Amino acid sequence: MTDDHDHGHDHPHAPITAAGEPPAAARARALEELLVEKGVITREDVRRGIDWLVSRSPADGARLVARAWVDPAFKERLLADARAAALELGLDPGPSPVVVAIENTEAVHNMVVCTLCSCYPRGLLGPPPDWYKSLAYRSRAVSDPHGVLHEFGLELDDEVELRVHDSTADIRYLVLPRRPAGTEGMTEEQLAVLVTRDSMIGVAEPRVPAAH
Amino acid sequence: MTFAPGQRVRVATRTPRGHHRTPGYVKGKAGTVARLHGKFTNPETRAHGGDGLPRQELYLVAFDEGGFRLYVDVFEHWLEEAE
Amino acid sequence: MHGAVHDRGGWPTEAPIDRAEHELADWEVLVDALVGALSRNGVMNVDELRRGIESMPPEAYEQAAYYERWLYSAELILTEKGVLEPGELDRRPAS
Repeated sequence: MTDDHDHGHDHPHAPITAAGEPPAAARARALEELLVEKGVITREDVRRGIDWLVSRSPADGARLVARAWVDPAFKERLLADARAAALELGLDPGPSPVVVAIENTEAVHNMVVCTLCSCYPRGLLGPPPDWYKSLAYRSRAVSDPHGVLHEFGLELDDEVELRVHDSTADIRYLVLPRRPAGTEGMTEEQLAVLVTRDSMIGVAEPRVPAAH
Repeated sequence: MTFAPGQRVRVATRTPRGHHRTPGYVKGKAGTVARLHGKFTNPETRAHGGDGLPRQELYLVAFDEGGFRLYVDVFEHWLEEAE
Repeated sequence: MHGAVHDRGGWPTEAPIDRAEHELADWEVLVDALVGALSRNGVMNVDELRRGIESMPPEAYEQAAYYERWLYSAELILTEKGVLEPGELDRRPAS
């Protein structure tokens, strides 16, 4: 990004942006430079944060779920302390203070939202999708959750209790979806492939195995 | 006071001007304590550079909404015993 | 009971949920990482970040992109703390 005209004097001007970028993009880069220059942070600090964020993925959460499906003792440990369970599998739950896994059963289906901002178990699922952070989801998840699920293509049986968790504090919630029928004999790796990000938010069920 | 799982509680209806994490839609509602999450720093004071101490107990409170149940994490200082 | 613009639970809306997703742009990842670095270095915590976001004028909040809110807040809080001079970012030669 080059400044293509000379300043003989100080005057404010809009940051120079590449085509298609919002002004915020150049502003963010300028802020980084300023903060590094002032010694408030280092470029290495920032690099570490970038590397961490771009390497987060729902595949990590899926591994937790798949292990819980095949190992009942692990499942109990996961439900008791999801952070510890993640560390047990060599995963990095990130700086979130507490992660709580909430189990879907025959009788209960869980769904997660953060009405106040966008709290989300990023360490285990990666960054949240835009819709999770949207004003519409944040508003309707707690006033019309069945309507929201319907939009996502999920209809619950009448006798299933729908629980909507609003992540208002330091707890990050991860839904432990139910193991689909027809998966007996599948390996843990095969099961993990069925566990979608949306099923760990609670707006979808896991994939079902392809029929043979 | 400390609340126990199963206890009926009501969320206060305060509207502080500053940062707080009790959503408006749940203020004034009565629910049931589902879980004690343990003690956490107070976001209301941390938001102004404080250390958020002393930690406050955080409760998972369940609210019946008819067709579904709401589960919200609410701090002790936002809860009262419900009738 | 309704009030602050960020407090969206139950906010009246008929809007369907737009399920289109976009991969984070480099600048968005950068903003996220900047805030994380500031937090790890004890300069600004997540509650301050949220307070800053919540202080946006309502219309600006509703129209801003997600990471534009973070950037707005970081500037606000850092200026409040004297880490940035008021308007310092505007005076900076473009990069």
